[in-house]
Amino acid sequence: MITIEQRAEFRKHFRNNISSRLIVDKIIKIIVLGCVAIAIVPLGSILLEVVRNGVPALSIDFFTQAPGAIGSDQPGGIGPAIQGTLMLIGMSSLVGVPIGVLGGIFLSEFGNNRLGHIVRFFNDVLAEFPTIVIGLFAFIMIVLTFGNFSILAGTFALSIIMLPIITRTTEEALKLVPMTYREAGHALGIKRWIVITRILLTSAKSGLITGIMLAVARIGGETAPLIFTILGSDQFFSAFDQPMDALPLRIWRLSLLPYDTATTQGWGGALVLILIVLSLNIGVRYMFLRKRNGGGRFRITAGG
Amino acid sequence: METIKLKRGSPIIDKAFKVGVAIAAFYILAIIALIVFQLITGSSQIWAKEGISFLTGSDWNPVEGRESYGAAPYIVGTFVTAGIAMLIGVPLSIGIAMFLSELAPKFLRTPLSFVIELLAAVPSIIYGLWGIFVFRDYIKNWIEVPLNNAFGNNVWFFSGAPFGLDIFTASVVLAIMIIPTISSISREIMIAVPNSQREAAYMLGATKWETFKMAVVPYSKSGIIGAAILGLGRAVGETMAVTMLIGNATGAAAFPSSLFSPGQTMSSIIANEFPEASAGSLHLAALIGVGLILFVVASGINIVAQLLVSRVLKSHEGAVLA
Amino acid sequence: MEVDDLESQQVDKMETITRTPIKHASMEEPRYKLIAENIVASYNGIVAVKNVNMKFREKAVTALIGPSGCGKTTFLRCLNRMHELTKSAKVEGRVLLDGEDLYSSGEDAIIHRRKIGMVFQKPNPFPTMSIYDNVAAGLKLNGVKNKDIMDQIVKGCLEMVYLWDEVKHDLKKPGMSLSGGQQQRLCIARALAIQPEVLLMDEPASALDPIATQKIEEMITELKKEYTIIIVTHNMQQAVRVSDYTGFMYLGDLVEFGETKQIFENPRNEITAKYVQGQFG
Repeated sequence: MITIEQRAEFRKHFRNNISSRLIVDKIIKIIVLGCVAIAIVPLGSILLEVVRNGVPALSIDFFTQAPGAIGSDQPGGIGPAIQGTLMLIGMSSLVGVPIGVLGGIFLSEFGNNRLGHIVRFFNDVLAEFPTIVIGLFAFIMIVLTFGNFSILAGTFALSIIMLPIITRTTEEALKLVPMTYREAGHALGIKRWIVITRILLTSAKSGLITGIMLAVARIGGETAPLIFTILGSDQFFSAFDQPMDALPLRIWRLSLLPYDTATTQGWGGALVLILIVLSLNIGVRYMFLRKRNGGGRFRITAGG
Repeated sequence: METIKLKRGSPIIDKAFKVGVAIAAFYILAIIALIVFQLITGSSQIWAKEGISFLTGSDWNPVEGRESYGAAPYIVGTFVTAGIAMLIGVPLSIGIAMFLSELAPKFLRTPLSFVIELLAAVPSIIYGLWGIFVFRDYIKNWIEVPLNNAFGNNVWFFSGAPFGLDIFTASVVLAIMIIPTISSISREIMIAVPNSQREAAYMLGATKWETFKMAVVPYSKSGIIGAAILGLGRAVGETMAVTMLIGNATGAAAFPSSLFSPGQTMSSIIANEFPEASAGSLHLAALIGVGLILFVVASGINIVAQLLVSRVLKSHEGAVLA
Repeated sequence: MEVDDLESQQVDKMETITRTPIKHASMEEPRYKLIAENIVASYNGIVAVKNVNMKFREKAVTALIGPSGCGKTTFLRCLNRMHELTKSAKVEGRVLLDGEDLYSSGEDAIIHRRKIGMVFQKPNPFPTMSIYDNVAAGLKLNGVKNKDIMDQIVKGCLEMVYLWDEVKHDLKKPGMSLSGGQQQRLCIARALAIQPEVLLMDEPASALDPIATQKIEEMITELKKEYTIIIVTHNMQQAVRVSDYTGFMYLGDLVEFGETKQIFENPRNEITAKYVQGQFG
């Protein structure tokens, strides 16, 4: 038994280090706050510069015209690029969303086994593939095979990038639907495809839409895979077997030109792109705040 | 409570549906297998010609008749830029995660986390654009030139004339790009540490920092390492921002001779040179070969990271990772 | 009041044990180790403790009883300034330990937290630390460098919680490798290691089996010879078994306070009577 006297004795060995401990604590707090500030400053700068430098480029012509001759005083616009991005997003979603949703259904409803683990694992691996490699793959599979750069190749590449994101988010969204729905359906003798499509998918609707929006935001900004697939162009979309333009690609090409008009247009394109991407991401957040049971957590990523 | 009346459903469609679902699942596996296959066959020319020295050589000569390619400078470049990005990004990310998990007032947590995650939503091309027209000048004038003036003659990695489009700038921007990944996973891991642990530390009279060291760090260590490795994987695979900022050196000149020398990574050489490589050429095979190496490195790193992170998060209840 | 036959035997036994120290104390001026004055505590806008005053005698066990949500745990956590760590928590009042107000120094509560030890409902040893390191954790924080002193303190604390013989052969074993009851005793040893005068216990045995509970109760009865112990419990028999004084709280108020025997046999307040008779819980 440690008596009161013994306690007093032992306490003599405690160093009076309280104030130094508190100072260390305060210093760490300042450092940590500094880390946060350092992270936020670039974001603020990017948004600021994109708006500041991009707004002067905006005009009706900017959105609707094709690029003019390089370096001339008729710079035209980035109409083809905007058109191209919208077309690419649309077509890639047509391919990527159904496969992704079905894949997510597989993992959530049929995937509690060895095969499911394997598919889930490789899905996560695919999600982290450098997109330039996926671009190379699309180049080999489509461009080399058919002999031309085209929207098909671009769609192929972007749909592969979309796929794991949608699979993952669909699985997460479906997992949140209570088991009781499935059990009730089973007990009533309702076939699984009805249960899944009529009940589960509708319950998980907002989660699914969230996933699609995030995937779209991701591929909208991807540049690297487009280099090898659509090549880029100065004209509006003409045919399914011809090169075409897209926003990220156009921004890149413009940034390489030494002319001020090109640079300004590049910023303008960046402004359009960032508006699309950010509004999708912020829109996703709002859908979240409205959802009652919180849903799964999602990570926002962008293209490389 | 809403009642829905449903048909039982056709068993044929049910079978077809299940088949469709299975096809989708296999599609994922098939795509990966195909990618690996095509990368290998597409680069077979270069392996046949150079063999293993493709990994170690540093020639980069696309001139017909004297073609010779070696990917070593770009492999090194990838690791150097990713490494520097980690050196800068990991401590910052842990600091941010610590703030969000332990120090931030409740009302600040969600909005601040969201803002940090917005950093991840910005497309790489825009990081590149901002990098070459805005950030590069700051880095050059405020960091590179002073360091070069002060230590350029003595310290090898501060030597060379700094122009701002070099390994250092690319690495710093890369660090900014991976901060959201590392910090958000780390934050989730820290938040998952049960509060009872912190209470035990507080009870002993620990400061917030001491509590963090005693109660949170041991629990979170392996998960944070996993998060960092995931960030490394992202840094390795990153293309556009690096391509625009790294200065586009080729061949032996691409070996990092200083922080301020232009360099090249595996992804940037592919992006930079692809327009010049004609179909069927050895040049193209070499680029695809670099792509294969990049794929192996990136996937390897990511697999390790996934294993670490999923193991940690599984052992904590309630933390869901998408 | 109707009391189970078995319970009355237990109460009889407690009478003989507790009567003696009480007799001693009443012969001199009662020494209060800890005095809580006008404690008002709230969190999230809800007032959990509405102006409670209590005095805790030294070298005695005081039990805090009451139905769930009555504020007893919140009040306990005010005594060592743990409550202010809860989100949007507010505390008013004074807590005097040997005459010194623990709330007088504003921000830096850590100075005072180490004067009072606390044990929680679920055992929470540090999972990555050994048995030895768990007990010594608080010592390292306070800058104790002398290995001999540390060894002495660790041994002394582990002995006080009846763990020493069970673990002395391998103090390097991880703390989590112990059983639930042993882990809780480890946590008590960890709290005792910082040499507090007062030990706060928040339902320390509620997560344990009856045998482990019994060990802890025996330990409390021994410890009170040298420590001031305040224990929150929802187990009324436990309060009767181990405590000398009892405070009954209801809806944030201290309804009645007195010697345990009196509270359980002869409650003066109607609500107290209903509670100790088990009419609500």
